[in-house]
Amino acid sequence: MNGASSRRAFLKSALAMPCLPALAAEDARFIVEARYWEKLPHRRIKCTLCPRECVIDDRERGYCGVRENRGGVYYTLVHSRVCAANIDPIEKKPFFHVLPGTLSFSIATAGCNVNCKMCQNWDISQVRPEQVRSMYMPPREVAALARQNRCATVSYTYTEPVIFYEYMVDTAEAARAAGVRNVVVTGGYITPEPLRELCTRVDAVKVDLKAFSEKFYREVVNGELKPVLQTLVTLRKLGTWSEIVYLVIPTLNDSDQQLRELARWVKAELGPDVPLHFTRFHPQYLLKNLPVTPLKTLERAKAIADAEGLQYVYLGNVPGHPAENTHCPKCRRILIEREGFFIRALHLKQGRCPGCRQAIPGVWG
Amino acid sequence: MLARSVTRRELLAGCLGLAGSHACGQSGNQGTQPGAGGEQAGPSRVVVARDPALRSGAGVDSARLVALLDRAMQAFFEADKPVEAWRKVVRPGEVVGLKVNCLAGKGASTHSALVEAICERLQQAGIRARDILVWDRLSDDLESAGFRIQTGRDRVRVMGNDLLGYEDELSTWGSAGSLLAKALTRECNAVINLPVLKDHGITGVTLALKNLFGAVHNPNKYHPNAGDPYIADVYMLPPIRQKVRLAICDAIAGQYEGGPSYMPQWSWPFNGLLVARDPVALDRVGWQIIEDERARRGMKPLREAGREPRWIARAARYGIGTDDPRRIRRIEV
Ligand code: SF4
Repeated sequence: MNGASSRRAFLKSALAMPCLPALAAEDARFIVEARYWEKLPHRRIKCTLCPRECVIDDRERGYCGVRENRGGVYYTLVHSRVCAANIDPIEKKPFFHVLPGTLSFSIATAGCNVNCKMCQNWDISQVRPEQVRSMYMPPREVAALARQNRCATVSYTYTEPVIFYEYMVDTAEAARAAGVRNVVVTGGYITPEPLRELCTRVDAVKVDLKAFSEKFYREVVNGELKPVLQTLVTLRKLGTWSEIVYLVIPTLNDSDQQLRELARWVKAELGPDVPLHFTRFHPQYLLKNLPVTPLKTLERAKAIADAEGLQYVYLGNVPGHPAENTHCPKCRRILIEREGFFIRALHLKQGRCPGCRQAIPGVWG
Repeated sequence: MLARSVTRRELLAGCLGLAGSHACGQSGNQGTQPGAGGEQAGPSRVVVARDPALRSGAGVDSARLVALLDRAMQAFFEADKPVEAWRKVVRPGEVVGLKVNCLAGKGASTHSALVEAICERLQQAGIRARDILVWDRLSDDLESAGFRIQTGRDRVRVMGNDLLGYEDELSTWGSAGSLLAKALTRECNAVINLPVLKDHGITGVTLALKNLFGAVHNPNKYHPNAGDPYIADVYMLPPIRQKVRLAICDAIAGQYEGGPSYMPQWSWPFNGLLVARDPVALDRVGWQIIEDERARRGMKPLREAGREPRWIARAARYGIGTDDPRRIRRIEV
C-alpha cells in the first residue's frame, strides 16, 4: 500500500482520488497470477476474461491497463489494490429490488475494459493502478469492514469489476463466509465462462446497457453490444438477479426507435419483470458538448418501455420524481417510496404486495 | 520503393530553403516559421545513414556511432560541422527532452550509446547537462535498457513518467483523451524523438509517431483497430506538436517481426540511423525498410498480416507531415 492513509481516513475520503504527482512504487502484494488467459508462442499471451481478448507481448498490458504479461505469465496488478471505498445506500448503485434501505460496502480498483466518452469516474477507471492512490485491502478485511459498518452487501463498482475479477471473486467468497452478500455493478463486457463462475459467488448484478446500437458501442464506448446482451441472457438463465441501467444521452441513444427496440428485446429475451432504470446524463469527460438529458426525454423513454409491457421501469438522477417508486404491477399500489437514494416508506411484505399479494421479484431478505 | 534517393546536387538544391528554419517548432514543416502549422513548403527529407562496420562484436562501436550521427545530422541540416546542425534544432537555455523507447529492454530499445552521443552534441550546441532530460514511460524500462536513473539537477537527468508524473487535466484531440506527461508539458521546451526501427504485433510498426504514446498516461487504450486513428490523434495533442522538433530513429538493429518485444530471431543489423523533422515521412520510410526486410525473408506484407499501419496515412491527412512517396526525399548517406 502506498503510504500512510489510515483505514479511517481512507474510508472517509471521497470516491475519486486524484492522480498524484509522484506515483507509487510496485508492491508485490497486489500482483497475483491472473485467471482466464492462454499461453501463445514467443512469450505472448491471450487474455480471455473479456470479449476484447487482448493478445499481449511480454512486458505489456492489456487494454484495461491492470493486467500484465511478465515473461509469458499473465498477472493482475490490482488484487486487493483499492482506489475507492465508500459506504453507499444500495439504491445508489442503483439496485431497487435488492435489500432496499440497506448499506453497501463499495470498492473499486483502477482500470476498465472499455472507454466510455461519458464516464463519470474516468479519473480512476481510465488510469493504470500506479497512477492513482490506492491502499491494500485484502478480501477478509473487506468482509470484516462491511460487517463492522453494518453493510448488507459488498458492491464491486465505480470502475469495471470485470478487470479486477480475481480480487472480486476472492472477496465475494470471504464476504459470504462472513454473512455478507455481494452485488456487482458492471458494463457486462465479460466472456461467458468467467461470468458463470462469478454467478456462483454473487447475489445480484446491475448491468449498464449503454445503448441498443452497435454503432454507439463502437463509437462512444469502444466496445461491442452483442456480448453485453449475451451477458444479460446468461444472467437470466442462471437465475442471478439483475437490473439494467440505461443512461439516456441526448441525440446519441434516445430515439423512440432505439428505446422501443431495447424494451422489446428486454421483454422477449429476459422477461417483463427485469427492472429497467432510465437515468439522466450529465456532460463530462469526453462528452461535454451535449446537454443534460431533459426530463421529458426520460419520461418519454419510460412511457415507451411501459407501453411495451415492462413492469418495473424507473427514472434515475431525478430525485423526487414519482418514477423512483416501485408499484405493484397488478394493483398499482405503491410498494416502495423513494427519494433519490433514500427510502421514504417500505410497504412490501416478504416480497409481496400487501394489497393483492402479488409476488415482486428481487432479493428482499 | 517508397521514396527515391537523391543525388548530392538535388540534396543541396532541396535544402536551401531550410537554412532559416532555426529551431523549427513544428514537425513536418521544414522551412516554415517556428511553431507554424499547416502545409509544408517542400518535400520532406529523411536521411538514412548507415555504417556496415557500426557493430563491434556484440556491441556497438561508440566512436563509429558518433561519426554516423554526425554524418546524418550534417546531411539533414546541410551543415559543415555537427554543432552547426544541432544549433538548428536547439537554442542555449532551452531544456531538451530526449524521448527514448525502452519498453523492450536491451536489444530493441534506443541504445544508450546513441543517447550519450546526442547529449554530448547538445552540450556542444550550448545546452547545459542539467537541461537535458532523458525520458520514457517507466524508470524500470529505462534501467532495463541500460540507463541509470538520475534525478539530481546537476547533470543529465534520466527518469520515467512514474517519477515525474502526469497533468491532472485531460488533453483531448479527436479520439484521444489523455493526461500528458509532465516531462513533456513542464520539464522541456523541446523534444527530440528517439524511436527504434521495429515491427509491432498490433499496430504494424512502431516508429516516430507511436513513440509519443510514452507521453500519455493511457497508451493501452490506443491499440484497437491497429492504432488507427489513435496514434495520429495522440500526436495531434498540442504540446506534442509544438515541442517535438526532430526524430532520430535508432536503426542500429531493426526488427521485422515479433515486436514490440525483443525477439532476436527477427532482429537484423541495419546499422543505421534515420533522421527527419517530419515524423510521418520518417515512419513511411521506416515502414518501407521493414517491409523490404520482410519481403527479403519471405514474409507477408503487413497489410496481408492484418496490421497495415494505416495511421501513417491518417497522420498525413491531419497535416502532421507527408506520407506521399513523391514528396519524400530519402537521402542515403
Ligand atoms: S480483461 Fe483486460 S486484458 Fe483481458 S481481454 Fe479484457 S481488456 Fe484485455
